[in-house]
Amino acid sequence: MFGLNQKDTRLFLIVAAMTLLAPFILNPFPEGTAMAQMFNAGYPDLMQRFVIFGILVIGFNILFGLTGYLSFGHAAFLGVGSYAAVWMFKLVGMNVVPAILLSMVVAGLFALLIGYVSLRRSGIYFSILTLAFAQMSYNLAYSVLGNPASNFNLTNGETGLQLLLDDPRVLGESVTADGSIPVTNFFGIAMRDSFNLEIGGWLFTFNAGYYLAGIIMLISFYISIRIFRSPFGMMLRAVKSNQQRMNYTGLSSRPYTLAAFVISGIYAGLAGGLLSSMDPLAGAERMHWTASGEIVIMAILGGVGTLIGPILGAGFNEYFKNILSKINDEVLHQWLSFMPDGLENAFVGVLHFFVGKGWHLSLGLLFMMVIIFLPGGLVEGGQRLARLFRRRRPSDDDSQKSAQSTPAE
Amino acid sequence: MDAILLQILNGLDKGSAYALIALGLTLIFGTLGVVNFAHGALFMIGAFCAVTLQRILTLSTITIDETQKDFLGNPLKVKTPYVESWFGPETGAAIIDWSVPLAILFAIPVMLLIGYVMERGLIKHFYKRPHADQILVTFGLAIVLQEIIKAFYGANPIPTGAPAAFRGSFDFGSMFGFDPNTIIYPYWRMVYFAFAAVIIGGVFAFLRYTTFGMVVRAGMADRETVELLGINIDRRFTIMFGVAAAVAGLAGVMYAPINSPNYHMGMDFLVLSFVVVVVGGMGSLPGAVLAGFLLGILEAFASMNEIKAIFPGIDQIIIYLVAIIIILTRPRGLMGRPGVMEE
Repeated sequence: MFGLNQKDTRLFLIVAAMTLLAPFILNPFPEGTAMAQMFNAGYPDLMQRFVIFGILVIGFNILFGLTGYLSFGHAAFLGVGSYAAVWMFKLVGMNVVPAILLSMVVAGLFALLIGYVSLRRSGIYFSILTLAFAQMSYNLAYSVLGNPASNFNLTNGETGLQLLLDDPRVLGESVTADGSIPVTNFFGIAMRDSFNLEIGGWLFTFNAGYYLAGIIMLISFYISIRIFRSPFGMMLRAVKSNQQRMNYTGLSSRPYTLAAFVISGIYAGLAGGLLSSMDPLAGAERMHWTASGEIVIMAILGGVGTLIGPILGAGFNEYFKNILSKINDEVLHQWLSFMPDGLENAFVGVLHFFVGKGWHLSLGLLFMMVIIFLPGGLVEGGQRLARLFRRRRPSDDDSQKSAQSTPAE
Repeated sequence: MDAILLQILNGLDKGSAYALIALGLTLIFGTLGVVNFAHGALFMIGAFCAVTLQRILTLSTITIDETQKDFLGNPLKVKTPYVESWFGPETGAAIIDWSVPLAILFAIPVMLLIGYVMERGLIKHFYKRPHADQILVTFGLAIVLQEIIKAFYGANPIPTGAPAAFRGSFDFGSMFGFDPNTIIYPYWRMVYFAFAAVIIGGVFAFLRYTTFGMVVRAGMADRETVELLGINIDRRFTIMFGVAAAVAGLAGVMYAPINSPNYHMGMDFLVLSFVVVVVGGMGSLPGAVLAGFLLGILEAFASMNEIKAIFPGIDQIIIYLVAIIIILTRPRGLMGRPGVMEE
C-alpha cells in the first residue's frame, strides 16, 4: 500500500490506528476515579505533546539513526520553528497552515546553514559544533534578538514571543468581536476545540489540534518509512557503517548527510510550528541545550535507527514524565498503606526522591540503564522479549544480532 | 591601557575556571579516550563540597539563655556551633569563616573517590563502545548527579562566603602606577587565579617530574607499547581520572564564593569547557589551559560596552564563534598534535 511493503504497511496501519484511537487508548479508566487521576493521559495538551515530540524525534532519527551523526543542537530548529510560527500568527493571520509552512521553511534554511558548516566534521566534533551553534542561537534569542527596547525584537527575550492585541494580522482580524486575541485555527476549526464523548463513566476528548498534529505525524512517519527504504536511506546507512570506504569508492557523502540534516531540521521546525499552533507562545528555553539533550534521550529510549522507536520513545518519555510528576508523598502513602508503618515511611522517604519534582532523576536513571543494558532502546527490549518467548534457534539469533544496527564512530 | 588591563583581569577568573575544567576534560580524553559530559557535574559537586563543609561546621547546639529575652519575652535561644565549643569561640569562628579554603582538604578525598568509583563502576564499560554512547551515558550521569544534588540542597543558589579577609576589593591599578580607582579588583578573584595557577602547575609538575606521570604520558602517547612493557596502564589511567575529577572539584570549591552554588552551574560551564577543549586541541593539556584563559579574556573584552555598541550581543556568542572558526580552519585546535582527533 502506498509503495510500502507488507510489513511496513502493517506497522503504518498499527501506528495510524493507535494515533486515531488515542483518546480511547489513553483513557482506560472511568472518569473521576483515582486510577484515572493518575494514569489517564487522554487530555488534549498531553496528547498533542505525544505526537508533536513524535514528529521531532522521527526527524532526529533520520539524522542520528541513519547516518550516526549525533546532533546535540536539534532544539535550535524546534525553537526557530516556534518563533517563525508565532510571527506568522502576529503578522498574517491565525490560520495554522501558513504558520507551519513558514516554520518548516525557516527551520530548513537554518539547518542548511548550520549543517553546511557542522558537517565538515564528524564524530565528537560534529556533536560539539551543533551544540555550539544551538547554544549560540539560544544566547542570541535570549539577549540581543529579544531586547524589547530595540527596533529589532525578534524573540522578546525572557518573556517569550506572544500574541498581542495590536498585532496587524493582515489576513485576519487583530481583535475578535469581544475584544480578545483570536485563536489559532485550521480554516475555521479552532485548535483548542474539543468534542467530549461520554460513554458510561468514561469521558473521551477528541481535540481538533491533536487530530491535526496526529495526521501530520502520520504523514511524517510515512515519509520517514519511505526514506528508510529508499536508495537515499541506503546511502545514509552507508555513511554510518563506513564513511571512509564510501569516500574511497569515489562517492561524496556530504550531500547525503547534508540532505539528512536539513530533512531532520525541517521535521524539528514542523514540530516547533505545531507547538506554537497549539499554544501560540515561543520562548528561548525551547532552544536550550538541555532541550536538545531531551530529544536525544527520547530517541535513545525508543530505539535509534528503528522506524517505530522514535514514536515509542517520545510517547514513553512524555507519559512517564506526566505520571511521575503527579505522584506525591500522599499518593505513595496510599499505595504503600498495606505495609507496617515504619517500613512504609522508610519506603516513602526513599521513593520521594524519584517521583513528583524528582521525576528528572528517575528519567535520568532510566536513560542510563537503557544506554548501559539496552542500547537498542525499547524496540530492542521488545525484540528480546519476543525472542525469549519464541525460543528461536541460536543460529537464527546470531543472524539477527549481526543485522542489528550499531551506531557509527 | 588601564581599560585593557581591567578586561584581562576580569577574564582571568572565568578563564581560570574554564582552564581547570578543560584541563580535567583533556586529561580524561587524552588518557582514556572518553568524552566526559559529566565533568561539569563534578565541578558542581566540588562547589557543593564547600557548601556541605560549611553546613557541617555550623552544626550547632541550641542552649537557652535565661538572662536574655527575645522580643516576645521568651528566653533567647543561642546557637553555638560545635566547633566553637570545642576550639573556643575565636578559633571556632575563624574555622567557620575559613570554611571554603578548608573545603579543599575535604573535597580532595571526596572527589578522588567519586572519580574512582565513576571510572570503575561506569566508564570502564564504555571504552569499547562508540563515542556517541560514551557521550550519552555521561550525559545521563550528569543529569542524575545534578538531580541528586537538587534533591538534597534544593534548587536555589546557596550563598557561600569567602573568608572575611578576602571579601571586598582592592585597588589593583594603583599598585602598578595607574591612576587610583581605575582598576578595582575583588580579592577573591585574585585568590582564585593564584589557586588555579598552583593547581595547573601542580598537575603539570606531577606529569612531568614523577615516574607515575611519565608512565601516564607514555600511555597517552602509545598505550599498547606501555602495556606490552608489562605496566598496568589501566590502573594509572583510573587514578588520572580521579585526579581529573579532583581538579574539577577544586575548581568548583573555590568558585563557590564567586558564584553561589546551584545545581545547574556545572551544565552551564560544561558546554563552554568543551568549546575550550576543542579550541585548545583535543588531548593537549597546555592547549586546554591556554585556550581556557584566552577565551575567558576574550569573553571579558567582548562584554566591554564599547565593543557591544559596535556588535550588539557579541559577548554572548564570541566563544562559540571562535570555536566554530577554529574547528573549521584548524581542526586539531591551537596546540593539538597533528593527526590526533582531527576527525
